[in-house]
Amino acid sequence: MSRIHVTTTVNGDAVEFLADPRDSLLDCLRDQLNLTGSKEGCGTGDCGACSVTVDGTLVCSCLVLGVEAEGKRIETVEGMAKGNDLHPLQRKFIEHAALQCGFCTPGILVAAKALLAENPDPSESEIRFWLAGNLCRCTGYDKIIHAVQDAAAEMRGA
Amino acid sequence: MAKDETQGFRLIGTRPDRPDGLDKVTGRARYGADISAPGMLHAAVVRSPHAHARIVKIDASKALALPGVKAVITRADLPTGLTGEDWNLQENTLAGEKALYDGHAVAAVAATTKLIAQDAAKLVEVTYEVLPHVTDVDAAMAAGAPVIRAGTADHSVPEGMHPNVVKYIDFGHGDVEAGFAAADLVRAQSYKTEATHQGYIEPHACMAQMGSDDRGEMWVCTQGHWYIRRMSAAVLGVDASKLRVTPSEIGGGFGGKTTIFMEPLALALSKKAGGRPVKLVMSRSEVLRATGPTASASMDVKLGMKKDGTLTAAKVMFRMQGGPYIGSSPVGEALSCALACYDVPNVMHEGYEVLANRPKAAAYRAPGSPMAAFAVESLLDEMCRELGLDPLKVRLKNAAREGTKSSYGPTYNRIGLVESLEATMAHKNLLAPLGPNQGRGVASGFWFNHGGETSVSLAIGEDGTVTVSVGTPDIGGSRASIALMTGECLGIPYEKVRVNVVETGALGVNEPTHGSRATFASGLAAVEAARQAMAEMCRRAAAEWDIDPEAVEWRDGAAHPAGPNAGKFPPMSIAEIGAKMGGSGGPISGHHEVTAGGFGASFGVHVVDVEVDPETGRTTVLRYLVVQDAGRAIHPAYVEGQYQGGAAQGIGWALNEEYVYGADGRLQNTVFLDYRIPVASDLPMIDTVIVEVPNPGHPYGVRGVGETGITPPLPALANAIHAATGARLRSLPMSPPKVLAAIKAKAGG
Ligand code: FES
Ligand code: FES
Repeated sequence: MSRIHVTTTVNGDAVEFLADPRDSLLDCLRDQLNLTGSKEGCGTGDCGACSVTVDGTLVCSCLVLGVEAEGKRIETVEGMAKGNDLHPLQRKFIEHAALQCGFCTPGILVAAKALLAENPDPSESEIRFWLAGNLCRCTGYDKIIHAVQDAAAEMRGA
Repeated sequence: MAKDETQGFRLIGTRPDRPDGLDKVTGRARYGADISAPGMLHAAVVRSPHAHARIVKIDASKALALPGVKAVITRADLPTGLTGEDWNLQENTLAGEKALYDGHAVAAVAATTKLIAQDAAKLVEVTYEVLPHVTDVDAAMAAGAPVIRAGTADHSVPEGMHPNVVKYIDFGHGDVEAGFAAADLVRAQSYKTEATHQGYIEPHACMAQMGSDDRGEMWVCTQGHWYIRRMSAAVLGVDASKLRVTPSEIGGGFGGKTTIFMEPLALALSKKAGGRPVKLVMSRSEVLRATGPTASASMDVKLGMKKDGTLTAAKVMFRMQGGPYIGSSPVGEALSCALACYDVPNVMHEGYEVLANRPKAAAYRAPGSPMAAFAVESLLDEMCRELGLDPLKVRLKNAAREGTKSSYGPTYNRIGLVESLEATMAHKNLLAPLGPNQGRGVASGFWFNHGGETSVSLAIGEDGTVTVSVGTPDIGGSRASIALMTGECLGIPYEKVRVNVVETGALGVNEPTHGSRATFASGLAAVEAARQAMAEMCRRAAAEWDIDPEAVEWRDGAAHPAGPNAGKFPPMSIAEIGAKMGGSGGPISGHHEVTAGGFGASFGVHVVDVEVDPETGRTTVLRYLVVQDAGRAIHPAYVEGQYQGGAAQGIGWALNEEYVYGADGRLQNTVFLDYRIPVASDLPMIDTVIVEVPNPGHPYGVRGVGETGITPPLPALANAIHAATGARLRSLPMSPPKVLAAIKAKAGG
């Protein structure tokens, strides 16, 4: 099957790649662009480890085709820090020990950032329901919720 | 060198940032599927769609004809003549005469792209003769059940049992019949638990390369790369030392990544494809269908109790299937854990291991203990209710303590069950008021913990900083805890110690990170290695000062003259010693290897409050408390994390998770949507109390903390659901339809 040329923007950089029409955006990010921060935990939209934003909308990149990225703005975990300045969520995840194996972490960080963009002061239950599509098998979520709450407070300047 | 190592710590008990944190929040950390190599091929596996079938013929010609396909392997490519567990591993890696479960690998393909490999796998034509199958443990033992592999049973099995019954275990002490006769209340019940999966979010993944000279390299997500090396070498018939295995960062394991499932396939494909590297990554459905779930269990328990709650006798009979090979079910561990929390004078344990057409079970967090606890702790709760006794007080009354002869044989040294029960009873969660349809459940849990083969090296750098090389992959923060212990021992800052998990060529054999051993055993070995280096640094200082090495002591990261008689020399810091070591005798390092004994048994107590919707049978966890003895919490945040993560897995096992097989023997729930693990909105905050009763077998008192936490949730939730509804669930999971049926049955009856 012939591959399709795709031009898009990832974390602010203009990029291009060749995608098989069957390749997911996640495959393209990982295999074509070497952005392996986004993880594949299921490939069926159930675990959230592949979470990225496309034009600001939170998606499971395993459910988006690579060719759909044409002309879009993609943001992944690799774009969260500005140089060496970590995003408050990244700092708080380390500080609160909100990761054990860390495999869910990139997806949860991207999803939590999207939550805080929409709702800067989420309640515990709002965080839990927003992150319900991001599976973590290690932590029991407790420290993840605390880290998100703390990052939200810092970002609000509270 | 006198230093009080039981209190007044500088680093132990603090919560610094973990060394791998930055890589993990930025996406830089490299897991199993995250690396590639020039010329790399991609692999895909052909799997049986049948639970039990004779493999009549495999025709790979169409697959091989597809452009881009470089190699196809079947069992015919692997050596013959293996025996015992090596044969089991080879058979599980690639089926021989028969496919033994849905998802069993029968062939593998390597091609230039992932998509071509997947297409080619579909072109491999396998002719099967489908055979009758059995997946339930009780059905597999029954007369007339299809025989999975005749002649597997060992000599322990009594005459006349079905050939699927392959092992019998019995042990105990005292006189159980006399014990039951002395009881005021004797009750017996039967329980069932379904298989669950470890559910690590990272699927199995590796990249491997092997030449025609059988020298190979592998990058793999695993809990134990020496195990991967030994097992892969055995399956392929090559020398272990020919393989060099490097562990990636690991995206969860929980016991499931302590063995091989597909790693030798990548090596064999690479060799067949002229030595090109091969990447093999499982899909989620492959993980669920073909990698180690836990065993399913069918259990009978009988307990005798006096009116005051004293246990007089206990008898358990467990039947467990762990797939189609002997030795995969944790029936022995389950029996040993069943009554380990209590001091019961008369105990009898019996168990059967049974073969079934299911995937080869692997370890899952405290293997066997959760099922056993579900049965024993549920019946204990029933009897406390019947006698009107407080379930925590009854547990305290019967609690094992220092000097108790355990139910499984050894006599306990210092353990912390009593302290954990007392801390539980003092916790505020016990005072929380409960409303209608709400109930509280408690349960205790146990795990042996583990020491095991351990080899650690430590080197002093030219600037006095320290590198520790360990062989236990870091799943939950063990690099941080080992750095804390090393820094504590050497009297230097945490930041001056770097702990690396190194490849198989760099150390002696290490067992995996399993059994809650990494912080205990690698920590212990790191401390011993640090002490060696410390002694050598004292010798270097003594030589320079020209005094007796005995007259030098180490404190605060420097060598000091031991007293006024030793001479007046300014302290010589680790940095100074490191800077001069080339000229003072050469590199300074420490090394320790041991099969670590001295691990301390672990006990925990959980309390859960639930609300059960009487209309739907759905259980909501309102409040959750974990109290567990850590021995010593080196990095308390990661100890809490283990408690919380274990509890969450146990809650999933209790309420939702199960392997569902259809009448055709195929697994019905092969994606996370259907095999539903707890999500953030299913759980409340999980409260933790870290009890510290130091383990005398570790320099800083560490016990393992990872395993026990998954054990109490199963019975604690059953007990809470009973308290909320009056309905007693004796089969897991306690999913809404089952709870609703139990509520209705109770109302009807
Ligand atoms: S990999 Fe995309 S949701 Fe799991
Ligand atoms: S930290 Fe391991 S899955 Fe979340």
